[in-house]
Amino acid sequence: MLSKAKLWLGLALSTLMFWSASLQAAWELNMPRGVTQISRDTYDLHMTIFWWVVAIGVVVFGVMLWSIINHRKSNGAKPASFHESTKVEIVWTLIPFAILIMMAIPATRVLTDAYDTSGSELDIQITGYQWRWEYTYMRENMDEEEVSFFSILSTSREEISNDIDKSENYLLDVDRPLVIPTDTRIRFLMTSADVIHSWWVPDFAIKKDTIPGFINETWTVVDEPGIYRGQCAELCGMEHGFMPIVVHALPPEEYQAWYAEQQQAAAGIRELAAAEMTMDDAMSQGEQIYNQNCVACHQADGVGMPPVFPALAGSPKATGDRLVTIDTLVNGVEGTSMAAYGRQLNPIQLAAVITFVRNAFGNDTGDLVQPTDVNAYIQEGQ
Amino acid sequence: MSAAHDHHHGPAKGISRWLFTTNHKDIGTMYLLFSFAMFLLGGTFALVIRAELFQPGLQFVEPNFFNQMTTMHGLIMVFGAVMPAFVGLANWMIPLMIGAPDMALPRMNNWSFWILPFAFAMMVSTLFMEGGGPNFGWTFYAPLSTTYGPPSTTFFIFAVHILGASSIMGAINVIATILNMRAPGMTLMKMPLFVWTWLITAYLLIAVMPVLAGVVTMMLFDIHFGTAFFDAAGGGDPVLFQHLFWFFGHPEVYIMILPAFGIVSAIIPTFARKRLFGYESMVYATASIAFLSFIVWAHHMFTVGMPLAGQLFFMYATMLIAVPTGVKVFNWVATMFRGSMTFETPMLFAIAFVVLFTIGGFTGVMLAITPVDFQYHDTYFVVAHFHYVLVPGAVFSIMAATYYWLPKWTGYMYDENLGKLHFWLSFIGVNVLFFPQHFLGLAGMPRRIPDYALQFADFNWISSVGGFLFGFSQLILVYIVYKCARGGKPASAQVWEGAQGLEWTVPSPAPYHTFETPPDPALIKAP
Amino acid sequence: MKTDKAPSKNKTVVTKLSFAVVGMFAFGFALVPLYDVICDITGLNGKTSNLVVQAEAGEIIDESREITVQFIARESADMGWGFTPSAAQVKVKPGEVNMISYKVTNSSDKVMVGQAIPSVAPNAAAGHLNKVECFCFEEQILQPGESADMPLRFFVDPALSADISKLTLSYTLYDITEKSDKLKALAAR
Repeated sequence: MLSKAKLWLGLALSTLMFWSASLQAAWELNMPRGVTQISRDTYDLHMTIFWWVVAIGVVVFGVMLWSIINHRKSNGAKPASFHESTKVEIVWTLIPFAILIMMAIPATRVLTDAYDTSGSELDIQITGYQWRWEYTYMRENMDEEEVSFFSILSTSREEISNDIDKSENYLLDVDRPLVIPTDTRIRFLMTSADVIHSWWVPDFAIKKDTIPGFINETWTVVDEPGIYRGQCAELCGMEHGFMPIVVHALPPEEYQAWYAEQQQAAAGIRELAAAEMTMDDAMSQGEQIYNQNCVACHQADGVGMPPVFPALAGSPKATGDRLVTIDTLVNGVEGTSMAAYGRQLNPIQLAAVITFVRNAFGNDTGDLVQPTDVNAYIQEGQ
Repeated sequence: MSAAHDHHHGPAKGISRWLFTTNHKDIGTMYLLFSFAMFLLGGTFALVIRAELFQPGLQFVEPNFFNQMTTMHGLIMVFGAVMPAFVGLANWMIPLMIGAPDMALPRMNNWSFWILPFAFAMMVSTLFMEGGGPNFGWTFYAPLSTTYGPPSTTFFIFAVHILGASSIMGAINVIATILNMRAPGMTLMKMPLFVWTWLITAYLLIAVMPVLAGVVTMMLFDIHFGTAFFDAAGGGDPVLFQHLFWFFGHPEVYIMILPAFGIVSAIIPTFARKRLFGYESMVYATASIAFLSFIVWAHHMFTVGMPLAGQLFFMYATMLIAVPTGVKVFNWVATMFRGSMTFETPMLFAIAFVVLFTIGGFTGVMLAITPVDFQYHDTYFVVAHFHYVLVPGAVFSIMAATYYWLPKWTGYMYDENLGKLHFWLSFIGVNVLFFPQHFLGLAGMPRRIPDYALQFADFNWISSVGGFLFGFSQLILVYIVYKCARGGKPASAQVWEGAQGLEWTVPSPAPYHTFETPPDPALIKAP
Repeated sequence: MKTDKAPSKNKTVVTKLSFAVVGMFAFGFALVPLYDVICDITGLNGKTSNLVVQAEAGEIIDESREITVQFIARESADMGWGFTPSAAQVKVKPGEVNMISYKVTNSSDKVMVGQAIPSVAPNAAAGHLNKVECFCFEEQILQPGESADMPLRFFVDPALSADISKLTLSYTLYDITEKSDKLKALAAR
């Protein structure tokens, strides 16, 4: 009696597992179909293989279940004596082999399509950093203003530490998303500045590792405008879970307008970088930049997590010679996690955050660093 | 004159017995107890992970410590729990199964064991070193592990060298024992499948553990001696690391499952009271799996940027492994079919193995399909896949083996009701823990992250509940083993009605020295 | 009990297996140059060769095709050097020798040595990008504040697969001052 109950439990559990798998398939908790031809092909292939293995499972587990119910000693079953059959072995070797060939054919086609990077109309460089992405739109000639920016997690640390409620796109929001045109063949050139990262957008069915020192490529054509989110998919250190990808796909004319705006803004920044900031401006901008870029390691009150992440409060590098502070920000510190922000922040932002660090946390040097000072250091080292 | 009375006085007393023993039963026991302790330690790290992932947000640990937990959980389970457990079972059972008095190289056997606790003490101590322990995943890819690794990485490398040496010595011992010490009449095609699977596993170990040693040596050189194996700046390539690691790594996962196949192939015939179906086919299938395991490594690297031809080759080769694996599953089912089955605890674990390992195999076929792998790779779908084949796969087979052979080891029957309780709680726990992870991966949750977006919350808390259920259920097994060692209903030599094989011809508990004279060849029958 | 034969049988097996172990350890190391050789021959990881390829006089130029070659320049983040190509892209015909230059500036206050490492996408094109003269062949020593225009003369092999009409050549510039043999040789003089 007890064993019968166990049998039904086992039956119910296994049925539930398969039933819920197919039920879930109808909800969003399956892989997305996505918004590209490749993503739809990938999804279809996934479902095809899935149904094949479900079918095989039903057959194999069905036979097992039948056996468990009917071939039990407690029911008086006597064991048969057969223990081999070459014919049977051949059959159940060939049938799976044939099934695999049937799976391999569409798989080969989809993979071949995914590898065809020819004919791109727009090329974008993607660089992985610890722990953010850099996007650079490739130009046809050097006279064009280059559009290049970093894309950093914008979810606040207070949400992560459970001090305030979490926003809707918790951990999947960035300050500057990648913007691309729909219906355009786009080629991505991918590399890394430090360790291996991986750029993944499920709705495009694109995942490609970014390898330091090497260029990888992939391509997409996005059919529908919208916002698409992904995450880094290769363990890259402490903040691996905190470097999301957000892509805004815009209709081509809107994209062109956005791009032109970006070029103007880049030119504008260069002009601004020649101007002077006030102390108030520098401190408020600097604090914003600090909260976005620095707080994870150096903490909100500048105490850091020594010895790995030094304290800024009372630090000689922050309160001594300003060139040391500038150098630390611009060039980073080799052999540590302190990145070189000279590439990631423009001279105005750098000047602001350097000023902030030199005056906040009780450092109070009273020193105001200007964008021109930062530029001079970058160009001439002084 | 009984062999037990001549120059042996029985085992030594006290701690010297265990430090200096060359007896395969003692060494087997030490391996098994060590692996159980490591299983509980690795499991504790897993519970830290599941506790943090119970809800979105960072509640308990810093991301860097979380990365240490995932890394150490993997290293300890692979190298400290699963592999030593199988070596322990090999030590205990292979000589008994082939009618040999002991392993071929008993003193090397002792050495193989005792360097393990030392290596793991070193590895675990890195958690307390400055900068923390290894935090780069058990797969320790360069340059994260070389240029960007913590100072303790050097100790991690030494620990890997030592446990690699232990595995290699163990493998040499197994091969020499099986090739040279079979009793007369025990031809290769009459050996129990557990012995066959271990023979093949031992050859795999010989082939790939040295490559792992080479990889970590190259790492050591890159870190300390200015070489650039994996550094583009010096003309090296981080992807080379992955090729070398997975050349070891893929056969490694077969090292962790082939002995399981052997165990299940012993248990199902016993409780079905019917001979294993297709013994020869099973041997060839195992050999095919082992051979194929060498040519599929890059299926762990489909997103690395390999050229199309390479991707296609590895896709086809990986899909091919499903064929001999499927053959084995069909053979087990055919063994059950028209048998006369009873469902004691070993059989419950063995049947669960067949079902749940096969589910892991199905997701393996899905992962083999390269373009779809672009969506699965480095997500919880992969985590679900390998945990299905390793936990209700390898670990369940080890538990099955423990229940199956515990009466032979201790001389007492374990408590069957507690055993069944342990089984059902583990079965439910393991599925609640890992099945939802398939959905998490499909929905887009990457691996190795301490915090996640809100749409992943539901399945994560379910998985965490399953984790705690499964984890704490293992304490029942601790109690069962302890209780059984202390006493219980005395076990006969035969123990199980349907059991076949030489180990069931000696008394329970097996005497300290067995088969000092070879068994009667008439007792040796093909499984 | 053990027979007399068993110890020597064991010895044979153990010896053979020990050789196998050592052999596999060596094989692991042998895979390193083997990997490089395979990548060189096939261009599989996008590495272009470090060999100078001379353009033959009267090299046949394939007028029917135009290949776009894009240039990317990345310097290591903490190097403090500027690194820019003179052109974002050029359109070339296979067989025709072209030249662009990369401008490098050492904005630091000490002598440094840089090494540029090339990488090409798509991988299949790597073997067909032939460099006649390339700054990547050698370590580059720059004095503090010094700039240099480093030439790259190259041609695309006409055997480039017909389905490739755009390729990207990326250089990553690394600071190898500590390891530089050239610098040490200079210092020794």
